[in-house]
Amino acid sequence: MRHRAAFLQRWEGLLLVLLAVTVVYNALNAPGYMTLGNWINLFQLSIEKIIVALIMTFIIINAEIDLSVASVMGFSACTAGFLYANGTPMEWAVAVALLAGVAAGLFNSFWIGVVGLPSLVVTLSGLIGYRGLAYVLVEDRSIGGFPQWFNRLGQQPLIGPFPLALIIFFVLLVFAIIILQYSGFGRYVYVIGNNKEVARYSGVHVRRTKMILFVTSSTIAALAGILYAARLGAVRGDMATGFELDIITMVLLGGVSIYGGSGTMWGVLLSVLIILNLRNGMGLANLSGHVQTGVIGALLILSVLAPNVAGQVRSFWNRRRAQRMETGNA
Amino acid sequence: MNELRRRFQPEQIRELVLIGLILALALFFSTQIENYLHPRTFTRISTSVAVVAIVAVGQTLVILTRNIDLSVGSIVGFTAYATGTMLAANNDLPPLAVVLMAVGMGAAMGALNGVLVAYGRVPAIIVTLGTLAIYRTLLVEFSGAKSVLTSELPRWLVNLPPLNAFSIGAVEIRLLFLIALIVVIAFQILVTYMTWGRRLYAIGSNPEAARVAGFPAQRMVFTAFLLSGALAGLAGFVFLARFGNITVVAGQGIELKSVAAAVVGGVNINGGIGSPFGAFLGALLIDIIDNSLIRWLAISEFWRNALLGLMILLAVATDTVVMNRLRKAWVRHELQTSSASLSVEQGGARHAT
Repeated sequence: MRHRAAFLQRWEGLLLVLLAVTVVYNALNAPGYMTLGNWINLFQLSIEKIIVALIMTFIIINAEIDLSVASVMGFSACTAGFLYANGTPMEWAVAVALLAGVAAGLFNSFWIGVVGLPSLVVTLSGLIGYRGLAYVLVEDRSIGGFPQWFNRLGQQPLIGPFPLALIIFFVLLVFAIIILQYSGFGRYVYVIGNNKEVARYSGVHVRRTKMILFVTSSTIAALAGILYAARLGAVRGDMATGFELDIITMVLLGGVSIYGGSGTMWGVLLSVLIILNLRNGMGLANLSGHVQTGVIGALLILSVLAPNVAGQVRSFWNRRRAQRMETGNA
Repeated sequence: MNELRRRFQPEQIRELVLIGLILALALFFSTQIENYLHPRTFTRISTSVAVVAIVAVGQTLVILTRNIDLSVGSIVGFTAYATGTMLAANNDLPPLAVVLMAVGMGAAMGALNGVLVAYGRVPAIIVTLGTLAIYRTLLVEFSGAKSVLTSELPRWLVNLPPLNAFSIGAVEIRLLFLIALIVVIAFQILVTYMTWGRRLYAIGSNPEAARVAGFPAQRMVFTAFLLSGALAGLAGFVFLARFGNITVVAGQGIELKSVAAAVVGGVNINGGIGSPFGAFLGALLIDIIDNSLIRWLAISEFWRNALLGLMILLAVATDTVVMNRLRKAWVRHELQTSSASLSVEQGGARHAT
């Protein structure tokens, strides 16, 4: 146990170093980088993904995965757009869009929790299906012209210099840290992720916990989708396509194991900061958006490969040392 | 009943049900769409299914080993684009060399996936989500945002899609469809009759037991990814021949379609169950729905992805609920008959002594 704690500290230490390097690079290459306004801007550019990454952390620690989040984002945004275009007041359209997210979450968690299908398949078909529903609603049009207050919420600061999405993120972050690291529910999430069977025999409500997580995941994704629509000022069927890759990368790079049971919200926060700074730095170095996506993809693989290789090397050396000691004793 | 039980395994029953479903669907659409049961419909669906069917066979090999390959769409796009630009620059390249080049490129990309999954011990979903982005990035960088145009391609390639291999009555079997059929049949034979193929099932149904039995599991997972990449490369060539105009988004979404085809075709996502032929039937079913929805006026064609998602769920749900029961019934029956014959033998032996 101590061994693992040491490893985690080292992983987060590595993340800190990486963060420092990217921040220093950016600060040296861009004047006015270390200003509050620029940092808010940095967050604002991918705020929707960061918000969803918070709940994705819970899901992956629980040894599950939710590939449908980006499609749910698109689905809820298109629901709001569709209703508004058909004469519903924007307040109601937003409320129904959130409910659409809840419904998607209930649908996912029915198949995962009640029928017992693997979350990979359920959310993969969700990835296809919810995107399909988004297209059913808006077809190949783009719906815009939302009321002023709605666009302002997405694009203008709300309190001081902070826009609404950023405030929501910080509130959710505090909740996420408290629930995951300091509450009974959070412990259950870890226990189930470590060993589902043991958790079940210990009287943990495995099914209920998973269902709560998947409903929350889709609900937060729907909220993020609406925020995205407000920021863009329009919705389209293909909005947020491929975001699941970025979101999962943020979580895994933060040291959360894809096999579940380990990782912390702090690590994810660090990796979010790294990815934001990295994207900004690559932008400064004139790399296109596609190259940035490729680099993030490579980072995703490396974030799992590196500890594996390190572990193999370490066990190889331990074996060597043990052998040497044996021969020394003989 | 016993005779039937011996002749049909649950997997075959599932495939028969799928064939029945395909026929029923064709019948249904023929009442809804004018001129549906026309040879031209068959030609249209058979040429469009060729790409996904080839990819789905490779996907099946990977899923059988309890892994998944989400990078195939990017591999299809990359090989289609790369071979297309090479052909546009040099119209005299021999056809066979082009095909081999496409397969080779795909195999190299599949090999990278395989190394990372089998030897790097990184979960397949992570590796292939990553390479999905990386291969697409390579394509975009490589292209400089230019497209391959049909007018730049050599005549033989442009004439390939309408080329007939042979006809059965008025129904024409196009060459591209024949290639897909050959791939399906070859790999069906591989997994049914060859040692390597049988071991693939062993690894997927119980990796630990396969390891104890001494199967080279790592190498086989690597080879499965390599073959999946190579088949995606071949599909990239077919894609190029079929569409001619290749942009940087070519092949996007094929990874999901191939997984869907495999899963609808009875390949279990947890490995060890399913066959290339089943995946082919799955691809066919999906393509019939796709193609017919465009022509069916009752509902909008935009429904097709929503329906596809639901179809995958239902397919997997029936697999877990119905197929597990069927399989258990079969195993129970086999146990009963074998224990009955065993006790008869033992009884006979006791009498003899």
